[in-house]
Amino acid sequence: MPGLPLPSGEGTRVRFMISLESIANSIHEWLYSTFNETVAMLLEFTIIGVCIIGLFAMLGLVLIMMERKVSSWMQLRLGPNRVGPWGMFQTVADTLKLIVKEGMTPNGVDKLLFNLAPFIVMIIAMVIMAPLMFAKGLQIWDVNIGVLFITAVSSVSVIGILMAGWASNNKYSLLGAMRSGAQIVSYELSAGFAILVIVILTGSLKVSDIVLSQENGWWLFKGHIPVLIAFVIFMIAVTAETNRAPFDLAEAESELTAGFHTEYSGMKFALFFLAEYVNIFVVCALGATLFLGGWMPLHFGTDTEFNRIMDYIPSSVWFMGKTFFLIFVIMWFRWTFPRLRIDQLLNLEWKYLLPIGMFNLLLATLIAIMGWYL
Amino acid sequence: MFLIDYIKDVAGGVKSLLTGMRITGGYALRHHKEKLTQQYPDNRDTLVLPERFRGEVIMPHDENNEHACTGCTACELACPNGTIKIITKFDVDEATGKKKKAIDTFIYHLELCTMCNLCIEACPTNAIKMGQGFEHSVYDRSKLIKTLNEPGSKIREGVE
Repeated sequence: MPGLPLPSGEGTRVRFMISLESIANSIHEWLYSTFNETVAMLLEFTIIGVCIIGLFAMLGLVLIMMERKVSSWMQLRLGPNRVGPWGMFQTVADTLKLIVKEGMTPNGVDKLLFNLAPFIVMIIAMVIMAPLMFAKGLQIWDVNIGVLFITAVSSVSVIGILMAGWASNNKYSLLGAMRSGAQIVSYELSAGFAILVIVILTGSLKVSDIVLSQENGWWLFKGHIPVLIAFVIFMIAVTAETNRAPFDLAEAESELTAGFHTEYSGMKFALFFLAEYVNIFVVCALGATLFLGGWMPLHFGTDTEFNRIMDYIPSSVWFMGKTFFLIFVIMWFRWTFPRLRIDQLLNLEWKYLLPIGMFNLLLATLIAIMGWYL
Repeated sequence: MFLIDYIKDVAGGVKSLLTGMRITGGYALRHHKEKLTQQYPDNRDTLVLPERFRGEVIMPHDENNEHACTGCTACELACPNGTIKIITKFDVDEATGKKKKAIDTFIYHLELCTMCNLCIEACPTNAIKMGQGFEHSVYDRSKLIKTLNEPGSKIREGVE
């Protein structure tokens, strides 16, 4: 059921008068007291859908701006600086331009699949949002297999990419899509092993449980060696899974023009572009939830003065701060490392990340059984 | 041992990646001080180009309208794509009555020049150098063929 109030964290002392949780709960109660159950539920679905689409639009604008600014800093350039203060409205102008562009469908393509693919990629990015916990008590769907749900659904996005590559009827698009398929399928394994480490330590797949288990310290600090290794593997694997540099073989500009979205233009191209950035946000949000405590403020031990001061910062700020820090790290990767060849890419996965991840999983199991974490 | 090599391999890889990230991260922190981009049309009046910037070949003249070019054609021979054409003449030295080689016209085809700097390196008397001017757009291609020695100029005293 969307928007249902969550069991609140027992140790969180400071209660804000206006928090995102209380807003969500009051809307929920007002809807259910005013309308009958079915209408209220449908209205709630609509509100959540609008919120998610709004979040998507914002994420697209903010993240593309951030990428361009971060890249310009790392290359000692200025970056966009003409439209608005510090060029902040550049992405708005770009979006307007993409909206008014003709959404062309080339002659030789498979029309149905070609037009369907961007929406599939987009819808999957939307569905993964469901179990994410954006702030304390603010979650669309607190399903008890939340982490499994995210990993399972996110791997479906490869179908959208393969569909786009195949339907384009273009050898470069198809090559890009096949590479992307090989890449996503293999890197999912090590991302899964990294996520399993946290699941073993927490003993739950439920996102809210995982966040609450980090009340006395984030897993990155509590779980020491195995979690640290898992975190590094996770960051590498999700960079590959979202098809970003240094693993952007799927769209390697210098070899395949633009890979699977070579034939796309206008809004359909924009959807692919947006889905890439939303996927980055989702995986970074997942990383923040699993390793850096989600919305949980920085706590050391229980009931200390330091914890109380940290509680004054709203939980949504904590969550967004951690997520955007991880996004910055992924952008840092992109603007530092050169692109891998396809054989190097698969070597890295099957010879390094996967074996290390497996041994790390054994180590984490041992530590969980013996209770050697803090 | 295989395992030791494997661990060394991983550690070396991680170390080199971190080195790269330290460099770009440092740039990201210091970018406001070190940025290289010029805000060109805005700062046209105060634009300072790097010393080694190559805009065009120029021939400096001093206040007596004298240059240092002997007409040896070393630059013409050094040029890989025929950018420079030197037309020489013979001046008669007033004191001794001897004939002396000098330049009549130093023709420079800016439209052919790749700014490779080979002519400047070839010049034995440092008569030509790379100038900083870069706004070369013209409406007629013939305006790009330039004569570098100024009218009425002659070679500086003592340059052989």
